[in-house]
Amino acid sequence: MAIWLTENSKIIVQGMTGGEGTKHTRRMLASGARVVGGVNARKAGTTHEGLPVFGTVKEAIEKTRADVSVVFVPPAFTKDAVKEAIDAEIPLCVVITEGVPVHDSTEFWAYAVSKGNKTRIIGPNCPGIASPGASNAGIIPADITTAGRIGLVSKSGTLTYQLMYELRDFGFSTAVGIGGDPVIGTTHIDALQAFQEDPGTDAIVMIGEIGGDAEERAAAYIEQYVTKPVVAYVAGFTAPEGKTMGHAGAIVSGSAGTAQAKKEALEKVGVRVGKTPSETARLMREVMQSR
Amino acid sequence: MDLFEHQAKELFADYGIPVPRGIVAHTVEEVRAAAQELTGRVVVKAQVKTGGRGKAGGVKVADDAADAVEKATAILGMDIKGHTVHKVLVEEASAIEEEYYFSFLLDRANRTFLAICSAAGGMDIEEVAHSAPEKVAKVPVSALTGVDRAKGREIAQAGGLPEKSLDGAAELIEKLWCAFVDEDATLVEVNPMILSADGEVKALDGKVTLDDNAVFRQPDHEGYADKSAEDPLEAAAKAKDLNYVKLDGDVGIIGNGAGLVMSTLDVVAYAGEAFPGKPSPANFLDIGGGASAEVMAAGLEIIISDPSVKSIFVNVFGGITACDAVANGIVSAFKLLESRGEAVTHPLVVRLDGNNAQLGRQILADAALPRVELVDTMDDAAKRVAELASVGV
Repeated sequence: MAIWLTENSKIIVQGMTGGEGTKHTRRMLASGARVVGGVNARKAGTTHEGLPVFGTVKEAIEKTRADVSVVFVPPAFTKDAVKEAIDAEIPLCVVITEGVPVHDSTEFWAYAVSKGNKTRIIGPNCPGIASPGASNAGIIPADITTAGRIGLVSKSGTLTYQLMYELRDFGFSTAVGIGGDPVIGTTHIDALQAFQEDPGTDAIVMIGEIGGDAEERAAAYIEQYVTKPVVAYVAGFTAPEGKTMGHAGAIVSGSAGTAQAKKEALEKVGVRVGKTPSETARLMREVMQSR
Repeated sequence: MDLFEHQAKELFADYGIPVPRGIVAHTVEEVRAAAQELTGRVVVKAQVKTGGRGKAGGVKVADDAADAVEKATAILGMDIKGHTVHKVLVEEASAIEEEYYFSFLLDRANRTFLAICSAAGGMDIEEVAHSAPEKVAKVPVSALTGVDRAKGREIAQAGGLPEKSLDGAAELIEKLWCAFVDEDATLVEVNPMILSADGEVKALDGKVTLDDNAVFRQPDHEGYADKSAEDPLEAAAKAKDLNYVKLDGDVGIIGNGAGLVMSTLDVVAYAGEAFPGKPSPANFLDIGGGASAEVMAAGLEIIISDPSVKSIFVNVFGGITACDAVANGIVSAFKLLESRGEAVTHPLVVRLDGNNAQLGRQILADAALPRVELVDTMDDAAKRVAELASVGV
């Protein structure tokens, strides 16, 4: 079992014909994901990587019954690509693109809300979502781990890979990289809720980092609604105030958004927070072994 | 990117928002000339990108040019929360009848924009929001519908502004919204927004933060960069397209992925606590998923040019990029730098994990690079690199 992405998911790639789109379409196909086509208005009717290229998301859905879109288009075109996916009412839209202006992500989020939230948006600036052994939508390396019963939600790509690797002997139901931008579609809370409801998930790893208060809000959610064990890691204790640390959203503003505040909020509700990624993996190992 | 007050006001003026007449001055002589040109009472305001200027003595009213020179002499060169004052804004003094607060900002938690308005302006709005929350109106603004004159009036009313100010405030708010959207700002703040004695609503101060991700469609924004305040290493890294932040410590850090590099800084800082001198990270440097030889060389070049670096930690998780490619990148980078006469002489600890890690480690072992050590785990590697920085080169 998994959340949001299963072996039946049919994936289309917006921006499939570009460099990143091509590379990762190949990787997704190699990992066994059911990629069924791509979208590029200028190359409609052609084939690419052996897959049909459609002019619009709507047409791609009509012809392939796709239910997941992965977006690789450049930042200047991402807003329109996501709005097109929303208009076509695709259930899941995974936005990999890094560097999307926040006015654009705020606008497509407002647009999704105004259309009744029929499309779940993951990202932007994220590695995507992988349900090992079932499907893979994005750029998470599929072969790090196998199917298992740990769920993972993270703002960071490489920390996701690190934890998947350290816990590869247990395996994962689904790993969701929600992205490091200030405005994102799917949040820690959305993933926590889905993992809590997923019978295939026994325990949850949550990875956060400096900036905003998503982790604090996730802690409040966990206290009220999550009964499955949660182990967390927060990056950025040594980040200086006012400096953006790689991710556009990773910034401590004044006294807000510090790693310490996030760690304290999580520990206060009984979540064990690892001091390093490896310690976090050890804590999860203990949880899984005690079951 | 944060703007200086004078830049924010120039931008406001471009959008037709009333601001006091002002002139930027870098020297006492320029202050004298500016005050003479403006005539009458002026305000001398330190230009620093931090709050609390007034409390620190960085804002002074002067009666005439001679007085302005005296005030500016004290302000220029002053240190305000670690920011040295290199320039001041000399502005005509405004006859203030009332002071309000206004801002548009990004509300990350609710994924929308927010207008904040209060009739209790001129002071720390967070303090007002804390002690008298009913005096501060927070109005969500949808990116789809935005703010027109009528909405601006509604927000001003919600903030408790008096009838006599509503027309002027509504106009200012509407124009400020245009600036906020058209300039890809994540914050525009006017504190205080004033009602002057002659009945005009004006921006007496200005704070603007621009979205760095929007630079591709905002070519003018590069002109706002404060080259003088930029750390030379950060400037050099930026020129090479590297994601680098200078820090205070002595362990150079290179890694792939923002989260992993942030985590590496933390793990090195913890490890450093156990060693004399408490070594800590000298920088943040994310070479991204690719980690090619060229990028690795560019990164190493920046780090070895930092005189405070005593040891270097290369921490890579092979996800999309396989570790053998990263290892080859390190070997090539060493050769490339050596051929340029910039050989790496620092002790270097490498941790490779993930995709093809064994192969990567073998490549590095075979290359037998001087002073390069391989450590299997991130935690142990952090301890070793801290130890190396502690004992010195």
